[in-house]
Amino acid sequence: MSAALAEDVVPAFRPGAKFRFDAVRKAWVVLAPERLFVPDEPAVAVLQLVDGRRSLGAIVDDLAARFNAPRPVIAEDVAAMLTDLAAKGAIRL
Amino acid sequence: MNAIEPTPRRAAEPPLGLILELTHRCPLQCPYCSNPLELARASAELDTASWCAVMEQGAALGALQVHFTGGEPMARKDLPALVRRAAELGLYSNLITSGVLLDPGSIAGLIAAGIDHIQLSFQDIDGAAGDDVAGLSGAHARKLQAAELIKSSGLPLTLNFVIQRRNAERVPRMLALAEELGAGRVEIAHVQYYGWGLRNRAALLPSREQLDFTTEVVEAARARLKGRMVIDYVVPDYYARRPKACMGGWARREMVITPTGKAMPCHAADSLPGFAFASVTEVSLAEIWHADPAFLRFRGTAWMPEPCQSCDRREIDWGGCRCQAFAMTGDPERTDPACALSPDHALMQAVAFERPEIAPAYVYRRIGAAEAAEAPVEAAD
Ligand code: SF4
Ligand code: SF4
Repeated sequence: MSAALAEDVVPAFRPGAKFRFDAVRKAWVVLAPERLFVPDEPAVAVLQLVDGRRSLGAIVDDLAARFNAPRPVIAEDVAAMLTDLAAKGAIRL
Repeated sequence: MNAIEPTPRRAAEPPLGLILELTHRCPLQCPYCSNPLELARASAELDTASWCAVMEQGAALGALQVHFTGGEPMARKDLPALVRRAAELGLYSNLITSGVLLDPGSIAGLIAAGIDHIQLSFQDIDGAAGDDVAGLSGAHARKLQAAELIKSSGLPLTLNFVIQRRNAERVPRMLALAEELGAGRVEIAHVQYYGWGLRNRAALLPSREQLDFTTEVVEAARARLKGRMVIDYVVPDYYARRPKACMGGWARREMVITPTGKAMPCHAADSLPGFAFASVTEVSLAEIWHADPAFLRFRGTAWMPEPCQSCDRREIDWGGCRCQAFAMTGDPERTDPACALSPDHALMQAVAFERPEIAPAYVYRRIGAAEAAEAPVEAAD
C-alpha cells in the first residue's frame, strides 16, 4: 500500500541487512536477520538506489528518467515496494 | 575449494541456509531444548577445519546464510574463526545464543570476525522463573547484560522468548523489554514439542486460553510497532487446524549439521526410524543435498498420502512435520496430525484435552537425564 509516504523520507537498509549479488542463483538477494528475499527486477532497480542518503523523491526521479512510465505511477510503485520491505524488516523508512 | 565436486544434477533448488549445531555443550538445561535426548560429547564434535569445509561447500552449493547454534555455540573456542570464514565466503552469519558466555571480550572478537546478527534467547522475563527453566541461577541477569552489550555494540539484536504454560501471562512484559532495548526483531515463540520439549510436554503445554491471550497481545503489539520492530510469532501445534511448513518443507531450504557432522533436513530428523544420515566428513554437501536418500525421501510432494496429495495447500505447508507425524502416529509418512484434515487429528486434540491442570516438574536437559526419569510421554503407541 502506498500509505502516503512523504517524498522526503530517506530509506536505508536496517543494521544487519545486506543486499548482494549471488553468483549461484545469478540474482540479487536481500539478507536480513532471519529474512531472505530474492527481489524481482523492479525491486532490484529500487534497492540499488537505497543508500541511506537519497530520498524517496530522488529515487523516483532517477527511475522516472530511466523508465518509460509516468512519474506518479512510479512513485506509487516505489512507495508500495519500500513499505513492504520495511514491514519485512529489511529497510528503515 | 577444489575439493568440491560439481553438482551431480540440478534436481533441487540450492539450500538457503546452513544450520550448524556446533556443539551440544551448554551451561543451561532448558527442558524444551531442541537437541536430541541423546547428547553428543565434546570429544565427538567436528574440528575447526571440518566446519570450515562445510561452509565452503555450502556456499558453493548456494547457501546464503549460516546459523551458528548448539547447544551453546559460544562454548566453542573457535567460534570467531568460524565466523571469520563465513564472512570471507559471503555467508550471512547469525549467532543463536543463550548469552551467558557473552562478555565485552567475546563480543569484540565476534564483531572483529564479522558477525552479522545475534539472536539472544530468554527463558522468561521474570528472573527467578527464567533461572528455574534454565537450571542455572544468575542466568537471567547475565542475559540482560548480554542484551546491553549487543545493543551498545551496534549489532542488530533479536530477542527470542520461549513461551510455555508458566510464563504465557508475561508476554506483555517481554515485548516491553524488547522495545525498551530497541531490538529490531523479537520472537515470541511457543515451545515446539520435539526433543526435550516433547519429553516435557505436560510441564510446558499452555492452555487454549493462554494461547489465545498471547495471540491477542502479539497482534496488538504488531499493529502498534509496525515498521519499528518485527515480531515473529510461533504457536504450538496442539490447538492448530493446519500444520506449519516445517523447515519450509523437507530438504527444501535448510540443511542441519549435528555436532558430530551428520547432515539432516531438520533438527529432529534423528528421531525418525530407518534413516541413516550421511556424515559431512565422508560425503560432500552437494552430493548429500542432491542425492542423499534421506534428503530425497520427503522432498517435494510425490511422497504424500491423502489428504495431502489432492490438497491445494500441499506446496504451502508441505504436509507438515514428518517428525511430529512419527511421534504421534508411529508412521513418518502420514499427514501431520496437527492438520484438521488428517485422519489422526484426534490424537493431537486428545493431548490438549488431557493436559494436566497442575504442571509436573521439569526433566532438565542433561546427559543421561532422559533415561533416568520415568517416561510420561506417550510417544508412538
Ligand atoms: S535451549 Fe537451553 S539448554 Fe538447549 S541449547 Fe539452548 S540454552 Fe542450552
Ligand atoms: S491435508 Fe496435508 S497439505 Fe492439506 S492442509 Fe493438511 S497437511 Fe497441509
